[in-house]
Amino acid sequence: MAKPVLEVKNLIKTYGRVIALDGADLELYPGEVLAIVGDNGAGKSTLIKCITGAEKADSGKIIIDGAEVSFNKVQESRLAGIETVYQSLAVAPSLDVTANIFLGREIRRGGLFGQLSRMMDSSLMKKDAQKYISSLGIETIQNINQAVETLSGGQRQAVAVARAVAFSQKIIILDEPTASLGVRESSQVLNLIKNLQSRGLPVIIISHNMPQVFEVANRIQIQRLGKRAGIVTPKTHDMKDVVAVMTGALKLELKDQTLNSVT
Amino acid sequence: MSKKSLKSKQSDHTEFSSSVSRIQIIQSYLHRYPWLSSAGVLILAILSFSFFNSNFLTPGNLSLILQQVSIIGALALGQTIIILTGGIDLSCAAISVCCMMIMAKSGMGDPYIENDGLAIWLAFPLGIFIAALAGAFNGFLVTKFRLPPFIVTLGTLNIFIAITILYGSGRSILENEIDPFLLELSNIFKIGEFVVTYGVILMLLMYAFFAYSLRFTSWGRHVYAVGNDPEAARLSGISVDKVLMSAYLVAGLIFGLTSWIMIGRIMVASPNVPSDYNLVAITAVVIGGTSLFGGRGTVFGTLIGACIVGVFQNGLTLAGVDLNFQVLAIGILIIFAVTLDTWVRRVKV
Repeated sequence: MAKPVLEVKNLIKTYGRVIALDGADLELYPGEVLAIVGDNGAGKSTLIKCITGAEKADSGKIIIDGAEVSFNKVQESRLAGIETVYQSLAVAPSLDVTANIFLGREIRRGGLFGQLSRMMDSSLMKKDAQKYISSLGIETIQNINQAVETLSGGQRQAVAVARAVAFSQKIIILDEPTASLGVRESSQVLNLIKNLQSRGLPVIIISHNMPQVFEVANRIQIQRLGKRAGIVTPKTHDMKDVVAVMTGALKLELKDQTLNSVT
Repeated sequence: MSKKSLKSKQSDHTEFSSSVSRIQIIQSYLHRYPWLSSAGVLILAILSFSFFNSNFLTPGNLSLILQQVSIIGALALGQTIIILTGGIDLSCAAISVCCMMIMAKSGMGDPYIENDGLAIWLAFPLGIFIAALAGAFNGFLVTKFRLPPFIVTLGTLNIFIAITILYGSGRSILENEIDPFLLELSNIFKIGEFVVTYGVILMLLMYAFFAYSLRFTSWGRHVYAVGNDPEAARLSGISVDKVLMSAYLVAGLIFGLTSWIMIGRIMVASPNVPSDYNLVAITAVVIGGTSLFGGRGTVFGTLIGACIVGVFQNGLTLAGVDLNFQVLAIGILIIFAVTLDTWVRRVKV
């Protein structure tokens, strides 16, 4: 198998007395869609936040393309080519769609004028934002000058996804991307994920929705109690198995991928 | 999108529109242009005051109002930037008064010794520097210790007042003791029958500068984003602490320059400048349509808000109404503005 794009080794993160990550591991290979599933409090979101630099792990290693990295800020992981759609979407409600897509990386006007006036290039950003939105095939957003708070939940999600897709160079991470979406919009996002895969971009997707996970994922990593309980593929195991491992009813043998009851 | 589906969308819309929709349209307009309601109130106030008093709408009186507004307006500008980040500054006027005393007294030195004080090219920047430092101190407490801005600035309000009185020995510095440069902004020029002070011009220049910065630079956009949701801003790659710090620092600078306008207007440096300027500045911001919850509002709205306060104070004085009615009217305006803001923020388009 090819070398992993992203490797996480033995990550530990505690919040006071709460242990969110208890030696979490993860490998992401080029061009794959890796789903992370787990019960509430299994440390899925914390794992993501540690990878993107939104949180700092207490110990453990994060390795990208063979080199160990340590992100202290979201900006740093972005520069390394990792884009994330957080569960909370991380949008500014009173700003418009364009402003949200370019939030934190606004384009300034070129030349001496741009240097001196520090004026943003609004028309360029507007044009690009329109391009990103329409390339997603999500047409429900008609006006990119609309404030994000006037959009529906699904449309907001689309904005967040468009932002991640537009700027991602290496890895895309989606935390519950379909949680607030309707059926039609969900399938659009799923198609988008398959699309990304065909572009060779590896994707990590966190989801509660088993049918969706089984539809798009190449491999499924099951998180339990802050660490990895096992990795399965949609071909070898079914949803029932995954849920059983997730809840601790069954134990997955790492050697031969067989399921055993917990003794 | 095809024409047909567009058409069906429109007909969907008309199906929903009933008597409610007109209110919703107003709501969404106010949502997009929060200063509209303030502009309405201002026009209404001007019309009614001029109806009751023929002296109100004269160039002389309007010039006077503008001069009165210059202090409130400048303070409210700094206040707007802080409120846009989701904060509040109760110490704004205290910073200005502190700066004013430092500029005036360090420039004067010992009143019994001729030419004792600092040269004005030192005294003036010193005052502005202290004002910026005071703002930065507020920002430092807010960002590093994660204290609520309300509590921080309530504390520093008292600290700055105390420092001012201790430094100035509680004594006012009179016009003839103040360096002429500090009184420069009291100079006037005339446009037709309107009398404009340079203080008004400085205020308007500051408004223009920050209207530009907030609207057209990424710094301005980040100020709004932080006020909307600091966590979302952080996850979007914005250094929230840097933005907050810069907002408080910039506000401190504005309050410093306000003190220059203040001296020019009252022609005396006194630690007893009415401390209700603190609250009046916040009032102007709120009446101007800026949300106390942060992330929503414009400095243009604040300028209108400051004018409303000025017009009410002037108009009610001209009408010979008891001073307490001014306070009453301003109070009602605040409640009205905040109620409107809360209603408008619930908008669904």
